[in-house]
Amino acid sequence: MTESTQVLTEHTRSEIEEWLKKYPEDRKQSAVLAALRAAQHQNDGYLTTELMDAVATYLDMPRIAVYEVASFYSMFETEPVGRHSISVCTNISCMLMGSDTIVEHLEKKLGIKTGESTKDGKFFIKVEEECLAACCGGPMMMIDHKYYENLTPEKVDEILDELE
Amino acid sequence: MSEDKITIEVDGQTFSANKGQMLIEVTDANDIYVPRFCYHNKLTIAANCRMCLVEVEKAPKALPACATPVMEGMKVKTKSKAAIAAQKAVMEFLLINHPLDCPICDQGGECELQDLAMGYGQDVSRYQERKRVVKDKNIGPLIQTDLTRCIHCTRCVRFGEEIAGLREMGATGRGENTQIGTYIEKSVTSEMSGNVIDLCPVGALTSKPFRYSARTWELVQKEAVAPHDSVGSNIHVHVKANKVKRVVPAINESINEVWLSDRDRFSYEAVNSEDRLNKPMVKDNGTWHEVDWETALEVVSNSLQVLIDSNDTEQIGAIASASSTLEELYLLQKYIRAIGSNNIDSRLKQSDFSDQDDAPAFPYLGQSIAEFDNLQATLLIGSNVRKEQPIINHRLRKAVLHGATVSVLNSVDYDFNFPVKAKTIVAPDMIPLELASILKAVIEISNRDVDTQIKQSIDKATADENHKAIAAQLLDADDAIVLLGNIASSHPQFSLLRSLAGLIAELSNSKLGYLSENANTSGAWLAGAVPHRLTGCKQTDAGMNTQEMLKARLKAYILMGVEPELDCYDSRIAREAMKNADFVVSLTAFRSDEMNEYADVLLPISVFTETSGTYINNEGTKQSFAGAVTPLAEARPAWKVLRVLGNYFELEGFDYQSSTDVLDEAMKQIGSIEGDNSSSWKLSGSINNSSNGLQRITETPMNMIDSISRRADSLQKTSDVSDGAIHINSALAEKNKLANDDSAKVEQDDNSVTLKVIIDERVADDCVLIQSAHPEQINLGASFGEIRIAKS
Ligand code: SF4
Ligand code: FES
Ligand code: FES
Repeated sequence: MTESTQVLTEHTRSEIEEWLKKYPEDRKQSAVLAALRAAQHQNDGYLTTELMDAVATYLDMPRIAVYEVASFYSMFETEPVGRHSISVCTNISCMLMGSDTIVEHLEKKLGIKTGESTKDGKFFIKVEEECLAACCGGPMMMIDHKYYENLTPEKVDEILDELE
Repeated sequence: MSEDKITIEVDGQTFSANKGQMLIEVTDANDIYVPRFCYHNKLTIAANCRMCLVEVEKAPKALPACATPVMEGMKVKTKSKAAIAAQKAVMEFLLINHPLDCPICDQGGECELQDLAMGYGQDVSRYQERKRVVKDKNIGPLIQTDLTRCIHCTRCVRFGEEIAGLREMGATGRGENTQIGTYIEKSVTSEMSGNVIDLCPVGALTSKPFRYSARTWELVQKEAVAPHDSVGSNIHVHVKANKVKRVVPAINESINEVWLSDRDRFSYEAVNSEDRLNKPMVKDNGTWHEVDWETALEVVSNSLQVLIDSNDTEQIGAIASASSTLEELYLLQKYIRAIGSNNIDSRLKQSDFSDQDDAPAFPYLGQSIAEFDNLQATLLIGSNVRKEQPIINHRLRKAVLHGATVSVLNSVDYDFNFPVKAKTIVAPDMIPLELASILKAVIEISNRDVDTQIKQSIDKATADENHKAIAAQLLDADDAIVLLGNIASSHPQFSLLRSLAGLIAELSNSKLGYLSENANTSGAWLAGAVPHRLTGCKQTDAGMNTQEMLKARLKAYILMGVEPELDCYDSRIAREAMKNADFVVSLTAFRSDEMNEYADVLLPISVFTETSGTYINNEGTKQSFAGAVTPLAEARPAWKVLRVLGNYFELEGFDYQSSTDVLDEAMKQIGSIEGDNSSSWKLSGSINNSSNGLQRITETPMNMIDSISRRADSLQKTSDVSDGAIHINSALAEKNKLANDDSAKVEQDDNSVTLKVIIDERVADDCVLIQSAHPEQINLGASFGEIRIAKS
């Protein structure tokens, strides 16, 4: 292990190792999405250049290739954001079911706009999120990895209050 | 018709094409124009710009010519209504975000987008929305970015990955927010980075040094040959009002293809440098005076006459740069020999000359440059080929991508942009033993009979797995080469390395090649600018070589294009010799403080863009060029200066009308140029069994190679320059209680200087790497050998 991969926690590294088992030796880069997800997770929801560099070293990839992947996919944050990432679906089904009210409520409650994080670093509302494939439960949102469906402003309050 | 040939029809004409070829290759080969941005014949196909859409019969929609393989009977229309409509639509999309800043864009006049917009664009935009703006990035001193202009063709990205072998640029973000760049603030470091300037079809990547200094349509294009490495890349010099504005590659598939190293591309800046010497100068009682040519040449002749009169011509030494032209080198040796001295040399960084009589006619590459593409195995000895001969490295890399293996024996673990099979990093004095071990392995595996003398000499060596693997690679390959690099040729036991390498090559049926140092190293040998051979490789009573001339502290030196204290193997001895001499005349394009101190006469000579001349490159190709501009101020081509000097002494045969006369005369004596490195190898010199104390290693960074590159401002801002520090690995640092950035007292013989410490794990154990041509280390001395360091 080289020095620059040490920023990855042991847990992250073992997770990457698990993924690496699924791909051929010389195709380590196949694990880049999984590796970035693990790295982002260890860092409370966003990637730093250091972490991306570590992933690059770990997977024998040019650093820029990792930056490309991380900046391409919307599930990766490359700037510091709040601990809990909230994605409200605003696609057609959810919109018809009132997702706009949910977004409005969230913004008011947390005092931030979409794309921003709360000052205490607890919450982050992602910019416009497309269909998350839970249309029958619209309006819906995803916080971190969990889906919450059939939302009402009250329900949103409850959910947020329960989060650490 | 063979099976692989098919027939297609384009715009009503029938063409035969190879199966699997892309349509655009066929149209290009037959001069049918298809517009394009992302396609480039040296890069992989990305098919992302869609500019090359053409109509193909039976296909429901227009198809991209660059990504459509030809098929039997295919009928293509490149200029039909449908094709043009598709191309126009693509153009409209591309122009949505492209700024209309052509009047202030350096690409204007040679912009592919501008050209195609003329052909396919509308004069009014239907797009009312805001245009995308991208912040410019600083990617180093050579390349200017204006990324708002980028059309995302990814040529620059593919170049990094496929040609430079160093992925530094990328496309980050997505969709409309995609940005080309390095993501983090960083200078690109590839030695070939400037090529993206040519590749970028728009003005997103342009030349920083050239920026805003001329419009392309004002430039006149002249052909020339790059003056730095031994490749002899073909270049176009672009001139405006008799001033060199920039240098770009000229296509020569058998040499540099379409590429150019950064050193060859940007060194022209020195041509217009402040340091240029404008007028002949003579020092009188310690003060410099500008004089006319006649006076200056008279002073030179009179000073030399004194030595001639006293039968002291042996006290005159001529030292020339091997980047001088063949004509210049030929005349200099003719001149010095005519006045009675064989002391002429152009091997500045060499120190072991013991087997020079057995040396080939010139240090031949061993094969042609193009043949590198087909190599199967290479053993590289003492070389940082990537920075020393970037184009050869590029060829080598291509071979590796096709499956060739490269093994490396070095004292510094240089970074290669291709995978290296076996790597051995040892102190310089252990390189012979390593080679002996490889030789032993070759003998063992091949079962070849060898001379007992050779067997005895390599007695001490043992072939381990690594050596055997290298030997096997060479033996198994149908096409293999053993290459001696620049560091090998300045090794204190060069003759031993040479014969060991020669034996390895011979016994493994490989070729032996020398990666020579300068643009005209081959020409210098052939012209007779070596002390032991006349023009055309005719043996003569050997005069002194560079090292001997400097050590002997001669009374008079004639320098041509050389700054001895920066260019020679032993910087300290060189400086002392110059200061001690009664008379030093320097034929030089530049002035320096050092020169002011030691020289007596300075004669301003032309640089490569200002003179006609000839270079013979490493593979033996002779390339002549005409001057692109007239010489600066009163500078004159060195061949003319030498002609007049010859006339002063009324020497015979110095009445040339043109440089072609000189060339013809020289070539008559040289005859045909044939590279042949074979020899009946003997092993002389002792093979060390164990390393001896602390040793110095000297490398010449890419942009420190000669007086021109050292004065190219932008190149000097890159990282390929001398840092005036000692590079040691952490083990050695610990032993001496030294840390990064500490000051260390560095000692060689009885001389010491204080230099900064850089911890550099690439350096072999118990070695100190110093970069040459840095003023701080001149007083140290020889490039290799014993050295001491301590905390200061
Ligand atoms: S910078 Fe130039 S070469 Fe690179 S993607 Fe943009 S337009 Fe193409
Ligand atoms: S539209 Fe919201 S989950 Fe599909
Ligand atoms: S040139 Fe064919 S898609 Fe770009």
